[in-house]
Amino acid sequence: MGYDPANPLKDRITDIGPPHYEQFFPPVIKKNYGKWLYHEIVKPGVLKHVAESGDECYTARVACARLISGELMRDYCKIADDHCDGFLRFTTRNNVEFMVDNAAKVQPLLDALAKHGQMPVGGTGAGVTNIVHTQGWVHCHTPATDASGVVKAVMDELFPYFTSMTLPAQVRVALACCLNMCGAVHCSDIAILGVHRKPPMIDHERIGGVCEIPLAIAACPLGAIKPKTEELESGEKVKSVTVNNDKCMFCGNCYTMCPAMPLADPEGDGIAILVGGKISNRRSTPKFSKLVIPFLPNNPPRWPETVAAVKGILEVYAKDAKKYERVGEWAERIGWERFYEKCNIPFSDKSIDDYRLAYDTWRTTTQFKFTSHIK
Amino acid sequence: MPKHDTPLLDQLESGPWPSFVTDLKRQAKTKDQCWDILGQVELSYKDRVTHWKHGGIVGVFGYGGGVIGRYSDVPAKFPGVAHFHTVRVNQPSSKFYSTKCLLDVIEMWDRRGSGMFNMHGSTGDMVLLGTTTDQLEDIFWELTHNMNMDLGGSGGNLRTPSCCLGRARCEWGCYDTQAACHNITNTYQDELHRPAFPYKFKIKFSGCPNDCVAAIARSDFAVIGTWRDDIRIDQAAVAKYVSGEYVPNGGAHAGRDWGKFDIKAEVIDLCPTGCMSMEGGQLKIDNAECTRCMHCLNAMPRALRPGKDQGATILIGAKAPILEGAQIATMIVPFIKMEGEFEEMKALVEKCWDWWMEEGKNRERIGESIQRIGLPTFLKIMGVEPLPQHTKEPRSNPYVFWKDEEVEGGFDRDVKAFRQRHAM
Repeated sequence: MGYDPANPLKDRITDIGPPHYEQFFPPVIKKNYGKWLYHEIVKPGVLKHVAESGDECYTARVACARLISGELMRDYCKIADDHCDGFLRFTTRNNVEFMVDNAAKVQPLLDALAKHGQMPVGGTGAGVTNIVHTQGWVHCHTPATDASGVVKAVMDELFPYFTSMTLPAQVRVALACCLNMCGAVHCSDIAILGVHRKPPMIDHERIGGVCEIPLAIAACPLGAIKPKTEELESGEKVKSVTVNNDKCMFCGNCYTMCPAMPLADPEGDGIAILVGGKISNRRSTPKFSKLVIPFLPNNPPRWPETVAAVKGILEVYAKDAKKYERVGEWAERIGWERFYEKCNIPFSDKSIDDYRLAYDTWRTTTQFKFTSHIK
Repeated sequence: MPKHDTPLLDQLESGPWPSFVTDLKRQAKTKDQCWDILGQVELSYKDRVTHWKHGGIVGVFGYGGGVIGRYSDVPAKFPGVAHFHTVRVNQPSSKFYSTKCLLDVIEMWDRRGSGMFNMHGSTGDMVLLGTTTDQLEDIFWELTHNMNMDLGGSGGNLRTPSCCLGRARCEWGCYDTQAACHNITNTYQDELHRPAFPYKFKIKFSGCPNDCVAAIARSDFAVIGTWRDDIRIDQAAVAKYVSGEYVPNGGAHAGRDWGKFDIKAEVIDLCPTGCMSMEGGQLKIDNAECTRCMHCLNAMPRALRPGKDQGATILIGAKAPILEGAQIATMIVPFIKMEGEFEEMKALVEKCWDWWMEEGKNRERIGESIQRIGLPTFLKIMGVEPLPQHTKEPRSNPYVFWKDEEVEGGFDRDVKAFRQRHAM
């Protein structure tokens, strides 16, 4: 019984959607659904939720690499079977959560997690939780950097902030390996973004065979791509395109539409750091992340420049911000010119917007601070 | 015995954060292609560029999405990943699982794929990472027949909807995010599996303005829980926060000595609208001035709860930078009830689609389409009355696009009659 290639439509099931969520609820969750009263963080990585019925649910939050093996998932399942009635959940930020229904079950669960060795508990409250990230060199065809390796290197360094709650507010770090930004990188406290810096090459021999030239031309948001007849080494004249390099902003859209226009490059590609974004509507409105470091080199396997930049910003913020202040709120309060000074980040014209709606970010007031930038 | 030397990746095996390298090596003991993943990623670490070819269209019969084709550009070196497609599996709402469900998927993936997963992809799907074209129909058969699971979205379609954990384990869920997410996913299976849109369309459900699934930043159609009436106050609990008996902010700041909780400095003075005060030991909230930012509820979860008249705010058009720059979603409908079969919300979704499928350009997200035609026009299309709430501030330029029918006497005038009164 199974799929029969000779008879592909026989007994075919389609469009059933996901399994119903309720069957996967631990009993305490099912019983108190919609009846939760309040929560407390008992200690870093351990949450306590109390329901109107008086029932309690304790959650241990565990770091997970997002890219994980079935073998490791079996370990998760074993712990869930031993301690949590055979249920577990994953969070939006790629953590794993194990839930138990009374205080006495917490320590044995934590002991089992500690014994495993690859299941650190943390990521709650005013700390750094898991980095939301993308595929990078592990599985993506358009990346300007890796994802898993950069995340591992950064989180090794920020680990004390994962297992503690000492910051003024939560700090959300996100990584995207190209401008597609699969992940809320454009609205994160600290964002690590893969960027290209060289325009696409054009494979004139192949372009006619692998893509629709009008689509490649239309793909460019800045109209930098034009049709052009090109003479190959064989003397054959073919329809191709040309790129106005002065207009190119290295977004990679043309490559997305046309594999004959590759732009990835070991020297050209690297990482930009953006800061001060947020999603929550708490106190201030959601904000975009702002580009403060335009480029750091790809330096595998541990990306020391990127790690140092992220850690540097985080630690200045930790020392200087007020309680409840998110990174972006802090930067706005002290002024971005002061942010650069305090974080010891050189300012360059690359941080002055010259794309659409750029004028929104230009200063139109006599109010500014005399920082060391003004000679 | 390692199949490939991976001196660069090996350096990612140390340190306290879980190592994907250690994990891959463990899986490689039984799944040889995991060595080839390691080998190819090591080569990328050396060359500092990806070694995956551009795209590749593969899928299962009758679906236009859910499988991402991927081919190595060095297949001779790493035959195990020559073809290495990804299968997106639609996750159950808010990602609770039974171990049985997971173990069934793991067992299947051991037989038909690399054994590696992403838990989860950025949109929310369970991602099965790495298989070959000849396995796809069998995988789909087993998922649908044996596991009651289905594929998620990819390409120009409704992407797999996702939601926060809402009422399952949170005191702030202002509507049933799981039910809404599950309902809309099932209602729009055709839109999810058979791409017919100009580009991707994401729907995300957050139960409150804290927005834990980043709906306002990442979804074309964001459904964010809110309330219309008064914040519920337990004055006795307020007193316990003031006295220090209750730890503020659910204990989120417990790692540092921030001093004694000061309700004025930490709540009242931080309220963005200044709508709170303490009078005679009682917390007073001028709810008409409240913008439901969640700060006071977050700071004192045992004392304050959302009002009882709950529903959602609909915001449309968020996206990441590609193509024309990032957008945060625009508030379109201030409040709808989220009840029953969510008909009111679905009517709004369908209005978006009807217009955008007609007018949207190739690879133009709906947020970009709205920018192109202007918010007033979009509000007309949606049948939403223009409100001051739709803008942060009124326009500062005077270029109003008046319509013929809005101006007394209309646009048609007699230039000859004009000349009789006004010589050139």
